[in-house]
Amino acid sequence: MSDLHAQTVAYVRDTMLPEAEPPLTERGAIKWLRENLLSGWVNAILTVVSLYLIYWVLAHIGPWFVNSIWVADSLDECRQIRDAVNNGEPSACFAVITERWQQLLYGFYPSHLYWRPNLAFVLLFVALAPILFDNLPRKLMWFSLLYPFIAFWLVWGGSIWMPVSVLAGLMIAIAAFGIMARFSSLIGVIAAFAAPVIWWLFLAAPVADAVHSLIPIGIETANSKQIGGFMISVIIGLAGIVLSLPIGVVLALGRQSDLFIVKTICIGFIEFIRGVPLITLLFTASLLLNYFLPPGTNFDIVLRVIIMVTLFASAYMAETIRGGLAALPKGQYEAADSLGLDYWKAQRLIIMPQALKISIPGIVNTFIGLFKDTTLVIFIGIFDMLGLTNSIRASTDWNGVYWELFIFVALVFWICCFSMSQYSQWLERKLQTEHR
Amino acid sequence: MKRTIFVGALTVAGLAAGVASAATLDDVKARGTLNCGVATGVPGFAAPDANGEWQGFDVAVCRAVAAAVLGDPSAVSFTPTTGQTRFTALASGEVDMLARNTTWTFSRDTDLKFDFVGVNYYDGQGFMIPKALGVSSAKELDGATVCIQTGTTTELNLADYFRINNLSYEPVPVETNAEAQQQYLAGACDVYTTDASGLAATRATFETPADHILLPEIISKEPLGPLVRHGDNEWGDIVMWTLNALVAAEELGVTSANVGELSATPTSNPEINRLLGTEGELGGMIGLSNDWAKNAIMANGNYGEIFEKNIGENTPIGLTRGLNAQWTNGGLLYSPPFR
Repeated sequence: MSDLHAQTVAYVRDTMLPEAEPPLTERGAIKWLRENLLSGWVNAILTVVSLYLIYWVLAHIGPWFVNSIWVADSLDECRQIRDAVNNGEPSACFAVITERWQQLLYGFYPSHLYWRPNLAFVLLFVALAPILFDNLPRKLMWFSLLYPFIAFWLVWGGSIWMPVSVLAGLMIAIAAFGIMARFSSLIGVIAAFAAPVIWWLFLAAPVADAVHSLIPIGIETANSKQIGGFMISVIIGLAGIVLSLPIGVVLALGRQSDLFIVKTICIGFIEFIRGVPLITLLFTASLLLNYFLPPGTNFDIVLRVIIMVTLFASAYMAETIRGGLAALPKGQYEAADSLGLDYWKAQRLIIMPQALKISIPGIVNTFIGLFKDTTLVIFIGIFDMLGLTNSIRASTDWNGVYWELFIFVALVFWICCFSMSQYSQWLERKLQTEHR
Repeated sequence: MKRTIFVGALTVAGLAAGVASAATLDDVKARGTLNCGVATGVPGFAAPDANGEWQGFDVAVCRAVAAAVLGDPSAVSFTPTTGQTRFTALASGEVDMLARNTTWTFSRDTDLKFDFVGVNYYDGQGFMIPKALGVSSAKELDGATVCIQTGTTTELNLADYFRINNLSYEPVPVETNAEAQQQYLAGACDVYTTDASGLAATRATFETPADHILLPEIISKEPLGPLVRHGDNEWGDIVMWTLNALVAAEELGVTSANVGELSATPTSNPEINRLLGTEGELGGMIGLSNDWAKNAIMANGNYGEIFEKNIGENTPIGLTRGLNAQWTNGGLLYSPPFR
């Protein structure tokens, strides 16, 4: 301000105006409404229409839920209760869930053994914790490694020496590598693959039987036909998830490899599996293998399905991870080379951590897809939850119940898939290292 | 060329499977359980109850065979099979017999290399309509919209029937019975057609079953029966005669209530004696103990009792005996003599 105006201005206010509230339309709920719902006549109309639609849906579904009947022995009884208590208003008959929820969760698993899958399920989170959250003691990882064998034993039961004997195969692999790697690292790798396979195929079972006859430690056996419901989805889904990630990484690397045969095999495998519907692979597992295997072979159907689902998921996983690898700037590879790291070290320390981080949404997408695909086993006569809804309806008591069962199944799947999705978003935020 | 090799490999594998499991009876006895293929869920015929125990009309056949062979009706391991997996499961030896409402047809018996050992339910394709339609015969269905499951023999039967009778119709294709039920109730089609037993079971689940009627016309033959692999006639005989024993027991008045008493000492009826093993050595002729038929009948009762318990008029499914009555009552059940 210049002196020029010193006498021309009659009055200069020297105190601040008191702070006033913003106008009514610019604050609080009204502002929010104006900005988000009524910011123009088109949006206003859309808001009204949407609100009406929501009301319409709720008005139709709401009473049905509110009037739910939870205790009845059959659909008929449900209908009688509805007519007597709810004056014939539409009512959900969730009594079917009350009566059959155990079957939906465990299939035909013997009810006095429910504690075993329950325990396995609880231990699952103990085993997952050190993998999912890196601020836990690293020693817990040993438990995670042992967990598959513990879970197998808890669910299927039988002699403890069978999982131990399978586990011994891994020790044999390490030992074989240690001994043979002295001659050449390639021979070491081959031995590390061949020795355990020979062990598992020919020796594991007889050895386990022999030890069991000496020191019988075992629990009641449950066979694969008894396992069903949500349990089979978790078993197949989890095994598929755990196995497909490492196989996918190997396939993705193989596809980028310079070695002609490795590259061709990887591309061939990935493109073949991706070109075939999962249901075809499941039918192969259940039907065709029966013809090709020597008669009398007892190749567990659940194991067959797990193998097929794993192969299927790993092909998709490989492509997801290849996307992550492709997104890495070339400079990262060159930086690794210039540090003098060999191929495996470069992958382990520089390339994979970044590529996997980029691929997290895709990886979780594959996981969720895989978990939901487990319902396809219904077509080969394995009773997952969806299959059980069918057989529950086949009992004369519950013939005609649809929505209640489907809502229950959808809810259980939603909880699992939503948790996976939330964890992956948390992981993405945690690994966010770019400077913005 | 490649195709030939593939087919050849299949055949060899199939033959090998056939040879290895030639003595199904020995396998079953050694195993201690009967592997029985059933449907994944057909109301009244096969369904697991709240405790996971399989129940139903077809299931009862499995239990009777298990009781005859092993003396224990609960020594059955049920393998649920779908329409696609049922035949492979049987051919590959995964199951010892199939009791899964399967229609006995020429090609299944010959080309697929199975042996149907009898008929436990004579079914046929029927029509269900709302009463309000005011139709009393299928011949009046000209121009009707018909809900029909795609890819089934019922679809072909329907086309044949309407062509023979010079009627027109509009098909509403549906995938499953559940979908058909919803479509029919929503009025998307005037008529729902499938096997008559299935129609009865479906109608039983409606809120007001009385508003819907089954038309009297049955337009196809669907003899449903248990089947075994071709080539093991001893085993086929056992399943066949177990089924016959259940039928004969009804004819002879042997029930689950009186079988214990009748088999304790020889009765005045020699055929009952031979059936229950108090006279003759019929059991030994098929490699079983002499009380095999007694065990089979004790498992679930005779054919009539099994029928009444699972699908009869006092159950929600409410089927009448119809063709499935004894030959003495105008039905088709006719067991060869036990002699």
